[in-house]
Amino acid sequence: MADATGEKAAATPQLALILLFSVFVVATCGLVYELLAGTLASYLLGDSVTQFSTVIGTYLFAMGIGSWLSRYIREQELLAFVRVELLLALIGGWLPAALFILFPLASDFRVALYGLVLLIGVFVGLEIPLLIRILRHRFALRELVSTVLTYDYVGALIASLLFPLVLVPKLGLIRTGFLFGLLNVAVAIALLLALRPERRLRAELLAALLIAATLLAGMAWAERIQRWSEVAFYSEPVIYARSTPYQRIVLTRRGGDLRLYLNGNLQFSSRDEYRYHEALVWPVLARVARPDRVLILGGGDGLAAREVLRDAAVRSVTLVDLDPEMTSLFRETPQLKSLNKGSLHSPRLKLINADAFRWVRQERGSYDAILIDFPDPTEFALGKLYTESFYREVARLLKPTGVMTVQSTSPLVAPRSYWTVATTLEAAGLKARGYHAYVPSFGEWGFTLAAHVQIGAAVRLPGRLRFLTPASERALFDFPPDMARRATPVNRLDNQALVRSFAEEWSHYEG
Amino acid sequence: MKAELSRRDLLAAAGVGAGALAVGACATDARPIPGTLGGSDFRRGHRVRTGQLPEPQGKLEELPLLIAGGGVAGLAAAWRLVEAGFRQFRLIELEDETGGNARGGRNQVSAYPLGAHYLPVPNREAGALRHMLRQFGMITGEQDGAPVYDPYQLCADLEERLFWRGEWQEGLYPVAGLSAVDRADRDAFRRTMSDYSRATGKDGRPAFAVPSAYSSRDPEFLALDRLSFSQWLEQRGWRSPPLRAYVRYCCRDDYGTEPEGVSAWAGIHYFAARRGWAANGDGDRELTWPEGNQRLVRLMAQQVAGQVATAKSLVRATADNDGVIADVLDHRSETTHRVRTKAAILAMPRFVAARVAPARVPADASGYAPWIVANVTVARPPAGKGTPLAWDNVSTASNSLGYVVATHQSDSASGGPTVLTWYLPLSMETPAAARHLLLQRPLESWQALVRDDLLQLHPELAGAITRIDVWRWGHAMIRPAPGLMAQAADRLEDAVRPPLLLAHSDLSGLSLFEEAHYAGVAAAEAALRHLGHPVESLL
Repeated sequence: MADATGEKAAATPQLALILLFSVFVVATCGLVYELLAGTLASYLLGDSVTQFSTVIGTYLFAMGIGSWLSRYIREQELLAFVRVELLLALIGGWLPAALFILFPLASDFRVALYGLVLLIGVFVGLEIPLLIRILRHRFALRELVSTVLTYDYVGALIASLLFPLVLVPKLGLIRTGFLFGLLNVAVAIALLLALRPERRLRAELLAALLIAATLLAGMAWAERIQRWSEVAFYSEPVIYARSTPYQRIVLTRRGGDLRLYLNGNLQFSSRDEYRYHEALVWPVLARVARPDRVLILGGGDGLAAREVLRDAAVRSVTLVDLDPEMTSLFRETPQLKSLNKGSLHSPRLKLINADAFRWVRQERGSYDAILIDFPDPTEFALGKLYTESFYREVARLLKPTGVMTVQSTSPLVAPRSYWTVATTLEAAGLKARGYHAYVPSFGEWGFTLAAHVQIGAAVRLPGRLRFLTPASERALFDFPPDMARRATPVNRLDNQALVRSFAEEWSHYEG
Repeated sequence: MKAELSRRDLLAAAGVGAGALAVGACATDARPIPGTLGGSDFRRGHRVRTGQLPEPQGKLEELPLLIAGGGVAGLAAAWRLVEAGFRQFRLIELEDETGGNARGGRNQVSAYPLGAHYLPVPNREAGALRHMLRQFGMITGEQDGAPVYDPYQLCADLEERLFWRGEWQEGLYPVAGLSAVDRADRDAFRRTMSDYSRATGKDGRPAFAVPSAYSSRDPEFLALDRLSFSQWLEQRGWRSPPLRAYVRYCCRDDYGTEPEGVSAWAGIHYFAARRGWAANGDGDRELTWPEGNQRLVRLMAQQVAGQVATAKSLVRATADNDGVIADVLDHRSETTHRVRTKAAILAMPRFVAARVAPARVPADASGYAPWIVANVTVARPPAGKGTPLAWDNVSTASNSLGYVVATHQSDSASGGPTVLTWYLPLSMETPAAARHLLLQRPLESWQALVRDDLLQLHPELAGAITRIDVWRWGHAMIRPAPGLMAQAADRLEDAVRPPLLLAHSDLSGLSLFEEAHYAGVAAAEAALRHLGHPVESLL
């Protein structure tokens, strides 16, 4: 009883009640932080078994450190407890937001993750020993240990049920963090108010209010924080993320699988992109006797260009892609260069960074083969690149004997959208012929050949392709009933029929 | 001073006040924003009012025909003359550049409008205008007799979206959360407008036409000009707030005026006069360009480039037995010289014409609405919850008319920098008070108003605004007040009486491209007839 504040205050029954209740709150918060860290680690780094296991292990170990450290707090246990609550509120409350924000920025994310988990674990580990010591004069040891541990485990059960059933689905990870941070602050404030207002505690009270304010602000801005940190969206580890003026470029890698996402839409997976790009390129080149001059619109990853450059008959390739940062990424990064075989450095290739919608209107050249590989028509701006007006300009650039192809979304998921491309090409005065290929990471994927004259069979398909043979190429043109041609409107600048049907069909498909 | 402050507050209430509360990002955006304050040259314009004009000097110049004013009406008159093979005229323009309300600007990101920014597909009756659009390549051919418009110049989808109840929706009329009364009023209003659109008068003309000169003069319809649009709505018992808000938006959009100040005839004209004629079902579309209607006035000006003299204004014009004596002030050299012409077309607003030729044009009490147009350069396009970015983006929560996206027609990039053209008619003030504000307020204060209005709607634009160029229009357009339309037919008839002819959209009381074009063509054809030049009317 030698020392001050804590001991005396602990003697009042009112305070004892608050303290017992705080055991319950503290237990809930502690488990929620652990679950948050484990879930976030699984989200961000993948492999949930490993992540959960290591995060829980680290966390429990840190709690051990905290319990051990509690012996060095020799006096003023209640004040120490209040301070621990405040620190927990700040660190725990901001944990999910901080991890989301740090993820794309930190060079080694794991250091930040386990550092924070350790810190929180240590503080949580301090809580129960301190509480037992504060309450020891109020209860018999037998009763005290039983009561505290009961509250502790009940709190844990409630947290473990609330977390998956209510908190994550209703609030999301970021808001859940802030909410439990606020509970920690509430415990601290309740204790501070229950104590007689002493001069020395003003600093703690002020700190508590400030921390509560940051948590509330974070809560209000949670959506914006979420947007900053779209990494939660990807199921594989993100190895590169960058916003250019035109788009968000994200590269992910799991094992040997490298994936490119533009604005969250998968563009390729290195495991099966050869299927997509062989299907995009060879049905065209195999139908042109002398593909001297080739035009690629879109395709800044250089993968279509890689296929085209394999054809020795091709003397020049013009590649028009909007985003200079995208093309320089695929020109300069070793991993990506090895994927596109350095196609963007080829002396046969001319790279132009321009908006294809504008570029085709002023271009005067003519081409033997044209490959159109734009992102799906998810927005009105992109939809313009699939319109009759645009195809009329492209048709002007296509030689009388030339052949072109258009990436045309999935004929299985969005058959109306898929066949809208063919209808629109025909409205622009071209002959059109659809075909499709199975690309595992995309599913059934569709393309449309177009030319000024009837489109015949492939005549010069090279050997040594991984996906296409003369027989399998022929089979691409066969459409089973669920993907069969249907009547569609013409996609025009002033009706954007494709953007509208695309949104409808994909949302229907994805539920 | 006090009164002025309260007016400022009133103006600011829509944008600045609420914006500052709603947008935490304001503090970080308090840095000065680059930009310019431009506008119609009021110093030159006011010379004819304030007097102090130099005496005419030098030799009397002889000229068959003079056009004073290089806005849409003056350029249309000049275009019509050249079309008829007549080039012995001069067009003088007070500003350094022709184009009037249809002028535009340009920066590294995009061209953009400074005023009028689109032309609806013309009605069947607008023959002269269609003739010009064909010549300019905007009409590319015919299909089943109907004109085919160039798809690149028709406004691309998505055309319009409205911010309503925290979300963007397609179209400009609120969809969600309408009460039974709201829906009933909306449907009744639409039915009535579509009836008016089909109605013809006893004279066999359509009740409402564009150009309005082709409208019926049946007293049944002209009677609508005796009351205001809001009185008319009130008589019908249509009080649905979304309907009233929509009508208010439309009145301010086309006339810069509150519905209380718009004649019911003019109000109904907005909704019932458009019957665009085009193949492919494009009749309800608009023609638009990144630079707005500057595209049209530039093309007209190109045809008459040799005949145009800028920084010159007509300060006095008197008709006599031999034609017209015209005093022309050169604003660069500060000299006046006298011209003797057989005829002159005053292609200027009526209140200016009344000062230049008081014997010909009686003074008139019509008001002219002042506007602010701001071009906001942004590093990334605005987004928002719900329907994605459209060409025209309007918020029910703002007193501005929203903004149009300059790169909507030209680009297919969904990200990247663009220019937003933001419109605000100062319709809540008296025109004189609002013009006082235009003269008093510094650039920064307009920029703050524009920025806060945009940020309130688009918090995600915080930090993305790189420039705000503000343009002031002191007398942007005539206010189509009750009583004006009923006289329009007489005014148009009087306007083509040589040798001093009048050409301006305010003859009809509606500040529309089609009206100005009609008035210019009518004046040019009358002048040609007066000069004995053969002409077959396009009207």
